[in-house]
Amino acid sequence: MGCGLENRVAGLGHAAPEIHCLTVWFPLARRQSICYILNHMVQYNETRLDASFAALSDATRRGVLEQLSRADASITDLAGKFHMTLTGMKKHVGVLERAALVTTEKAGRVRTCRLGMRALEEEAAWIERHRQLWSARFDALDKIVEHLKSKEKADARRKRR
Amino acid sequence: MPEGKEGSPAAMNRTAVERKSDRELVVTRTFNAPAHIVFEAWSKPELFKRWWVPKSVGMSLLSCDMDVRTGGAYRFVFSHPAFDQPMAFFGTYREVTPNKRLVWTNEESDQGAVTTVTFEENAGKTLVTLHELYPTTAALDEALAGSAEGLPEQFAQLEELLAGRS
Repeated sequence: MGCGLENRVAGLGHAAPEIHCLTVWFPLARRQSICYILNHMVQYNETRLDASFAALSDATRRGVLEQLSRADASITDLAGKFHMTLTGMKKHVGVLERAALVTTEKAGRVRTCRLGMRALEEEAAWIERHRQLWSARFDALDKIVEHLKSKEKADARRKRR
Repeated sequence: MPEGKEGSPAAMNRTAVERKSDRELVVTRTFNAPAHIVFEAWSKPELFKRWWVPKSVGMSLLSCDMDVRTGGAYRFVFSHPAFDQPMAFFGTYREVTPNKRLVWTNEESDQGAVTTVTFEENAGKTLVTLHELYPTTAALDEALAGSAEGLPEQFAQLEELLAGRS
């Protein structure tokens, strides 16, 4: 799914409900459909999304989210992992926090960061979309398997006769 | 999609999806048939094309070529009303062990996943485990950026959902 698909996906001017199925199915298409989504979502709540987009526009912050999806971490841990000063990392975490992608909690001198509600909801939605696709596929496979099984039984009976 | 099915316990129809890491997706389901039957439905094009494309996706499969043996190639061509041209998806079977294991690559780009499907038979039922691994090392940064870039799309849908509720 090279540039051709990318352009076609990005070029969809109007709402296509199937698009999320397509993009689950073909992860690259999912990744490359951002232009389409950007155009499309203007009608949604702009201000709330602005914070998310701004937060996600930076590779370090995306890396921090990725890291936190594996385990909670302190600002010091994160600064170390991303070869950054504490002040620099605090700024990044602050941006993520304002977008509700991360929450932080201070205990003593350590500020622990974890994924915020928004990031968790995103994760759940991502899983659910995959589950729907595979469930639909496997329900269809189930029917075929049942059919093959009864056919095999019928063939075996015929042979015995 | 239908929930439950006559003659088999509801649990059989559960499709479980787990995100093992940012690069791995694992899907499991148990089918009420021996492994050789389930495997047949994955390895014969005429059967495979009857289930691989769920109707809800709104796509049609124009052609389905599968050379199911180690080193063999596959190529699917789809059409979708939203796209003016068909799309081709292709790759190679890296490993084919009849009734046990299938491994294939996805080669439309260097970001394609490696998919491993195992078939484990137990008391006449078969547990199918599908594991998708997105590329490592050099491709890792790109893959991670990709998944993070996918966030806004999901947020758009979340927003839509929330907007509908309020």
